[in-house]
Amino acid sequence: MGVTFGKESASRRIVPGGTVSDGPERLLDGSAILTRLQAAVNWGRKYSFFLYPFVTACCGMEFMSVAGPKYDLDRFGAALPRFSPRQADLLMVVGTISHKQAPILVKVYNQMTEPKWVFAFGVCAVSGGFYNNYSVVQGIDTLIPVDVYVPGCPPRPEMVLDGLLKLQEKVAKERWSDWPRGAAPVTPMLKKQE
Amino acid sequence: METNVTIKKLSNRFPGAIIETHSHRGDDTAVVKKESILEICTFLRDDEALLYNFMMDLTVVDYLGREPRFEVVYHLFSLRHNRRVRIKARVSEADAIIDSIVPVWVGANWFEREAFDMYGITFKGHPEMRRILLYEGFEGHPLRKDYPIKKRQPLIGPIN
Repeated sequence: MGVTFGKESASRRIVPGGTVSDGPERLLDGSAILTRLQAAVNWGRKYSFFLYPFVTACCGMEFMSVAGPKYDLDRFGAALPRFSPRQADLLMVVGTISHKQAPILVKVYNQMTEPKWVFAFGVCAVSGGFYNNYSVVQGIDTLIPVDVYVPGCPPRPEMVLDGLLKLQEKVAKERWSDWPRGAAPVTPMLKKQE
Repeated sequence: METNVTIKKLSNRFPGAIIETHSHRGDDTAVVKKESILEICTFLRDDEALLYNFMMDLTVVDYLGREPRFEVVYHLFSLRHNRRVRIKARVSEADAIIDSIVPVWVGANWFEREAFDMYGITFKGHPEMRRILLYEGFEGHPLRKDYPIKKRQPLIGPIN
């Protein structure tokens, strides 16, 4: 290609941020980008969520809307829903979780490989919503750790996108020591009847 | 169309088993003795002038403080005659048991299991009398009016 490295060469101008670095990158003449590995990995993670849609209720329609072409989660890198928890790293809990379903949700969470994040989609997943009764879990954070809460019945697609951006900010700040989180801290509550 | 033909036929056929009837605005309703429910349902299904071949709904109402406390409600529809009827059978709390109508309409199977799950009415002769919606180990019947409104029975959880 015959590229000559110098102050005005093309490689000089594609330093991230567009500013000319005075640090070691200048000494290496623009042919390298220096960053922390942790920051680079987090950057990769936050733009490539593979989400597992745990859809149980009417919020699912709103999830389809936000994943569809009009609002398009793909713009933020969260494109492909994986229907196997082992291939996913973002658990979208979309809808009401009943006590009978709670062990299934926890099993799905525990089957996902780390690092993994949990997105509480809609007010039922956040707090139980108006279902304060004998059958509904009062917020999935009583079962598994939650990263982003997006209330609403159902939430607007803009709120979901905002929640996703908040999650991206959170992922960008993570440290190696944040992982692994381990299994969900749940124990059986109901003693078996004889 | 004569609206209360069902009531008339029932009253003629089972004079001792019909406790009361009314047909307000064309809604035929008969309150019957629970001992005769299977017989009455078979008659309603098979009689040529009635042919109630569609059991639309089976549910229970809890009249707490009244004796007998529960009412099992059957909604029937005749596709042939385009006619509906509502049958009620009163069941006391002490003897919360009634004959299953699964031998008459197979579709009643899950309705009766739901009624058992939510109200604790036992249906005698049901092929599989166990909970349908709630889980094994759940105590009590949550749609009874005296089920504590704050009572929670979670399966798992650190705080639930």
